Amino acid sequence: MAQYNLSINGKSMNVDVDPNTPLLWVLRDHLDLVGTKFGCGIAQCGACTVHIDGEAVRSCSYPVSVIEDKKVVTIEGLSEKGDHPVQKAWLEHDVPQCGYCQSGQIMTAASLLAENPNPTDEEISYAMNGNICRCGTYTRIKAAVKTASKSL
Amino acid sequence: MKTASTKINRRSFLKVSALTGGGMLLSLNWLAACQPKEANALGMPKEWFQFNGFIKIGENGLVTIMSPNPEGGQNVKTSMPMIVAEELDVDWENVLVEQADLDTKYFTRQFIGGSQAIRSGFTNLRTAGATARAMLVAAAAQSWNVPANEITVKTGIISHKGSGKSANFGEFASLAATMPVPEEVPLKSAGDFKIIGTSKKNVESKNIVTGKPLFGIDTKREGMLIAMIVHPPAFGKTLKSFDDSKARNMPGITDILQIKSIQDDYKKTFFDTVQFTDLIAVVGESTWQVLQAKKAIKAEWEIQEAYEEKRDMLGREGIRVVPKGLESMASQEQAMMVAAQKPQTQRKDGDPEAAFAQAAKVIERSYTGPFLAHNCMEPMNFFAHVKGDRVECAGPLQKPELTEQALSSRLGIPLENIEIAMTRLGGGYGRRSYAHWLIEAAVISQKMNAPIKLIYTREDDMTGGVYRSRYQATYRAALDENNQMIAFHVNAGGLPENPLYPDRFPAGAVANYLAEGWEVPSNITTGSFRAPRSNFMACVEQSFLDEVAEAAGKDPIDFRLELLADAKANPVGERNDYDAERYAKVLELLREKANWGSSKDGISRGVSAYFCHNSYAAQVLDLKIVDGEVKIDKVTNAIDCGLVVNPDAAKNLCEGAVVDGIGTAMYGELKFENGVVNNSNFHQYRQIRMKESPDSIETYFVENGEDPSGLGEPAYPPVFAALANALYQATGKRFYDQPFINQLNS
Ligand code: FES
Ligand code: FES
Repeated sequence: MAQYNLSINGKSMNVDVDPNTPLLWVLRDHLDLVGTKFGCGIAQCGACTVHIDGEAVRSCSYPVSVIEDKKVVTIEGLSEKGDHPVQKAWLEHDVPQCGYCQSGQIMTAASLLAENPNPTDEEISYAMNGNICRCGTYTRIKAAVKTASKSL
Repeated sequence: MKTASTKINRRSFLKVSALTGGGMLLSLNWLAACQPKEANALGMPKEWFQFNGFIKIGENGLVTIMSPNPEGGQNVKTSMPMIVAEELDVDWENVLVEQADLDTKYFTRQFIGGSQAIRSGFTNLRTAGATARAMLVAAAAQSWNVPANEITVKTGIISHKGSGKSANFGEFASLAATMPVPEEVPLKSAGDFKIIGTSKKNVESKNIVTGKPLFGIDTKREGMLIAMIVHPPAFGKTLKSFDDSKARNMPGITDILQIKSIQDDYKKTFFDTVQFTDLIAVVGESTWQVLQAKKAIKAEWEIQEAYEEKRDMLGREGIRVVPKGLESMASQEQAMMVAAQKPQTQRKDGDPEAAFAQAAKVIERSYTGPFLAHNCMEPMNFFAHVKGDRVECAGPLQKPELTEQALSSRLGIPLENIEIAMTRLGGGYGRRSYAHWLIEAAVISQKMNAPIKLIYTREDDMTGGVYRSRYQATYRAALDENNQMIAFHVNAGGLPENPLYPDRFPAGAVANYLAEGWEVPSNITTGSFRAPRSNFMACVEQSFLDEVAEAAGKDPIDFRLELLADAKANPVGERNDYDAERYAKVLELLREKANWGSSKDGISRGVSAYFCHNSYAAQVLDLKIVDGEVKIDKVTNAIDCGLVVNPDAAKNLCEGAVVDGIGTAMYGELKFENGVVNNSNFHQYRQIRMKESPDSIETYFVENGEDPSGLGEPAYPPVFAALANALYQATGKRFYDQPFINQLNS
């Protein structure tokens, strides 16, 4: 076990966990931030996507020990009122079905648009391809990313 | 205007003394997720008045509608309350929706399955709303001293024209809730609907996009421990012994124990399927610690002897034969070939063999479909807390009512002491009908005397599933010299389930018809999978008909319409379980909307149509091949599911079904080698991703005034064949074996 001081959603948080513990489980089990989801545990599905220094990262495969002073943002911290342009676009298109994959989808989309505010269809597909939606909401996700891109 | 009797399901309309559903079992987090919609101007009321199991109204006019069925993405949590709100006649903006707990005293059919929620709930939900409205009217009539029949209700406002009086629902809520429940209530006519038929946003979207704890896996309670299981590495094996000396001493581990879920002598129902009853349970403080300890357990497994279990198959006595052995793809194939030689006749019309003998042309083709895993995005999990002779459970499941019985028997706790809170499901598709994990969680909690959240890893789930069966079918069709189909023969079977629906199209449209089915027992557990059996039969039937149409030199839509016209004019046999006219209408709508017959450069088109779950779905799929990769340009859906309650949500569901169907047809496959599942996680089980899904999906509904029928499943089965038929147009090759990617790559 080891002590870590993490910057999560702009707040400093302390945890005492095994250094190999993936960020996903630190968030879910120790910090009660359960918006970040467990889907596969092996970086294949994207359900656990968070931002680390702005970049979309699979938190299930990111040990807490390597975070150091990097800034972590989860779905709970993407915006204060749930009104990030990507979240708003998701509501406008009423994207979710079961909804389980959607926080990961939104985090990936938000980081894509931060880097590339005007992605082409191909760029959207390429960026979003690591996020599985078992319910098959891809066409709405793509449309929502485009809507968000217009409002940026 | 029609009226509905409140008698049939009177128990759900009677007033309930205590507050049902809602908060009791829910943690604070949960309650926070149930705040009113932002736009709501009324704010929270000081007091709620309960009208029946579905409705409570606050003194300020805010209405809470309980959603009885579990929500797994089918939108029932929005659509079902919309139906109640319609008859109550309240402004949708002033409605809060809460998930009801499992409560068999107040609700019927609280489950997901068979696309039946809206269909079977329609009249019930309407009656619930209309009953409360009638009670409000009665209260106003009494207070204003005017005849009830002079009172009108419009979007939450009660008025009496003669006296000029009017009031909102809140003002009469307390009095109305004490009014006698009327014996009969008037229902609106469809033309007066203001909410039903308009698109309403998913009531949970805001909570989803902000990451609120909605799912079972998000459950957290004071003192809760995490549990995981270790199950046998192969079907056909069982636990012999295990060494946990290392694991037990690892940090954060509370206990490691052997458990038995459903007992061997328990008379199982249809949904008590369980693959492995003897398990090792690892219990500890955090998920990561438990995961590590799980890996450190050294277990020995032995071959499971053959056995038979008696089961209650939805009212019919059934026997599941569980053979001994470690199955592989090749050994299964062998057994299926043998069984296909000795099928049972399930339907025979005319003299098929004589007709085949006289045919000018006979077409014969064989098809296969592999085992499939459900792979819900939210892995299997459940919370349970056994406290003496009571148990509280919370989590995602599709058939809570049935699971409750097995749980009661297993724990020795009476049904009335079991509480099950239904959380949102991160996907179900049939998998969460088999809630052995709920029993496992409760057994662990009972032994540990602690609140437990059991979580399966993706690997536990994928390698220990209740899969879709492995299927196979051979079709033969006979054409005469005028290219009329004079005979049709299907021989279909599965391991272990027979997928055949003998009375479906083209039964009824052909004078000489033979349907034969067979089964091969297996120790691999299988069960419902989105549109059970139809998910295979639609693909193979509609692929085959495409080939027969081609052999007959006919356009595939015209060919189907000709058969349907025959089935309508001169139906063969009496048991045909489709309506030929509705079937034809949906194809005609499709032909128009997809602009069938037009051609676009480089685009290949395939068509398919199917009837299941009381609905009709037809699709045209447009694709092209770019650098050897299949690019799906567009899918056009035409659907007849009767009245559409929430059109945009219905479209979303159809879009999902299309994407899921394409993905499964193209990539879905689970393989066995010596009883071991070869696919343990998403790196070995390919799910469709954004790049492979259609650029656009359009959905059109037939408007025919029929009551609503199923929608969660019907759009799924036909798309497999629309894809196969389009691939044929693009490549010149027919696709007989799923997943199609194998043939595309070879
Ligand atoms: S849970 Fe991390 S990618 Fe699937
Ligand atoms: S909405 Fe269900 S997995 Fe994406």
